[in-house]
Amino acid sequence: MGKTLFDKVWDAHVVDTLEGGPSILYIDKHLIHEVTSPQAFSELEQRNIPVARPDKIIATADHNTPTVDQHLPVKDVLSRKQLKQLTENCKKNNITLYGLGHKYNGIVHVMTPELGITQPGMTIVCGDSHTSTHGAFGSIAFGIGTTQVAQVFASQCLLLTKPKKLRVHVNGKLKKGVLPKDVILYIISKLGTNSGTGYFCEYAGNIFEEMSMEGRMTVCNMSIEMGARGGMIAPDQTTFDYVKGKPFAPKGADLDQRIAYWKTLKTDEDAVFDQEYYFDAEDIEPMITYGTNPGMGIKITDSIPESDDSSFEKALNYMNFTKGEFLLDKPIDYVFIGSCTNSRIEDFRVAAHYIKGKEKAKNVTAWLVPGSQQVAKQISEEGLDRIFEAAGFELRQPGCSACLAMNDDKIPEGAYCVSTSNRNFEGRQGQGARTILASPLVAAATAVAGKIVNVTEEITSLEAVV
Amino acid sequence: MEKFTKHSSTAIPLAIENVDTDQIIPARFLKATDKESFGDNVFRDWRFHKDGSVNQNFILNDSRYSGTILIAKNNFGCGSSREHAAWALSAYGFKVIVSSFFADIFKDNALNNGILPVTVSKEYLDFLLQEVVKNPQTVVEVDLENQSIQIKEHEVVEMFEINPYKKLCLLNGYDDIDYLLSQKEKIKNYEIHNNV
Repeated sequence: MGKTLFDKVWDAHVVDTLEGGPSILYIDKHLIHEVTSPQAFSELEQRNIPVARPDKIIATADHNTPTVDQHLPVKDVLSRKQLKQLTENCKKNNITLYGLGHKYNGIVHVMTPELGITQPGMTIVCGDSHTSTHGAFGSIAFGIGTTQVAQVFASQCLLLTKPKKLRVHVNGKLKKGVLPKDVILYIISKLGTNSGTGYFCEYAGNIFEEMSMEGRMTVCNMSIEMGARGGMIAPDQTTFDYVKGKPFAPKGADLDQRIAYWKTLKTDEDAVFDQEYYFDAEDIEPMITYGTNPGMGIKITDSIPESDDSSFEKALNYMNFTKGEFLLDKPIDYVFIGSCTNSRIEDFRVAAHYIKGKEKAKNVTAWLVPGSQQVAKQISEEGLDRIFEAAGFELRQPGCSACLAMNDDKIPEGAYCVSTSNRNFEGRQGQGARTILASPLVAAATAVAGKIVNVTEEITSLEAVV
Repeated sequence: MEKFTKHSSTAIPLAIENVDTDQIIPARFLKATDKESFGDNVFRDWRFHKDGSVNQNFILNDSRYSGTILIAKNNFGCGSSREHAAWALSAYGFKVIVSSFFADIFKDNALNNGILPVTVSKEYLDFLLQEVVKNPQTVVEVDLENQSIQIKEHEVVEMFEINPYKKLCLLNGYDDIDYLLSQKEKIKNYEIHNNV
């Protein structure tokens, strides 16, 4: 029987398998940040265990960092303490840290791919559920808890039971104004938030093959929102072209050799999946969410469905929406373009292209938060910052920001925020805040109109936008 | 890690689906760098109103219900990988969480902190919730060795699945680090063989 992409990468990393039990899986890259690492460092220290392979760890500060005045000391005492602890832990253990102010600093799932640290065929873990992002390169990448962070520190390995295999096919031609974010929101709305639990997901079909790396990362990023520990897309020329020339990517003959191997990382024709789903690209339209989990999504022109389920009603009550209501023309208070889902250069290009020559509506506060220093630099090099400024958008400094509102970037109670992030949970963007997930294009159009609008009617040329 | 063999207690019925880890412990409390201080803030925004007053409508504030077993509906622990959620539940005193479905990362985090996630059928979950809601004094018994859960002295016994390795760890109080460190040689060989 043939092997899947997942099998090939998994098999190459199995150190040993316990009889009838888990496998010891070798980890190529361990990414850490300030929030989920301190207790793991403490655990090792208490047990007097050294960090096994500090050379395989990359650290960044992102969750708890301010997005203004990053050159000044962090105001919040607890945040400052947490960031200081990361710096000290990295120093003590010889771990490379791209901290606040470093030219490579940024959201862990944005900065490592753009530095060429993320490569096809790798195993990558991080104490962060959106580590699934890196699967866009054909790597096995997934989020882990802090106890597991400590395990990787101690041994560079994890004990894991091999997950089941799931494949999602999307084929056809995407409609005007439909972005990768809409594709994944559509898939989750169809399959639900726990359809992927226990599985690793592979995305297949011409839609993903034709996507940019940025788009693939957006898709794989949200695999966890359907419960899958990770998502993967087979590496191809698009992947190799992206990796090539990045600061930490292999070079010369080494790169050629790697590419020859990466080319073998495709699911064999006769490989068998535990579950497969098929979707037509033509059925997908720009999406928005109306509830308090990412599976509660509809086409932007649809009405909220009817259900008497108590959890469903609880969600609508929180959002202050009613069953059967249309969300078009709904006034919006905040727009957030950022997060590890949609804060890459392509996302800001899409937004800038739409915004150019237009003005932000007065009732909207619009925050643009680049995923990394490199993205921020590129925004300025391409002159997108001037477009944003002229339109009244606020371009801030890199970080996770209002995606999880750990820093000061909080949406006020009761306010509606159209957000390009990944979770619309209760209170995710601030206590009582109401999140509506959407693509960067829908977010940009909302900011300009001051309300939810049918973006497909607004665009005349898809090719010019995406 | 503490050993886990059997546990019995009254239970708290949290009849909500898709309880995500942002609800279990909101992000603004993740700034602490220890494991012990999260109990006060478990389900913080469901337990308290924004002005700090107690939300009497939330089940954890309902004085009729108490205990160290939490019964929740489908897809408990979805969302963020934050282990702070498991620490918060543990610090609050929960030893067992019962649901018809757990999110993957949360399940691992719970097991790594001596909390037993018990996955039962939807039918049994509905039955259990109904019984506990009706009679808050209902005692629920969990036996890890036998992989069974039942209402005390009730004839219906529900069996549950658990990864045999994880079961062994819980029964003996082992953790993965001890095991991985015992395999150092094999890991070294892998590194040499693969030139990593």
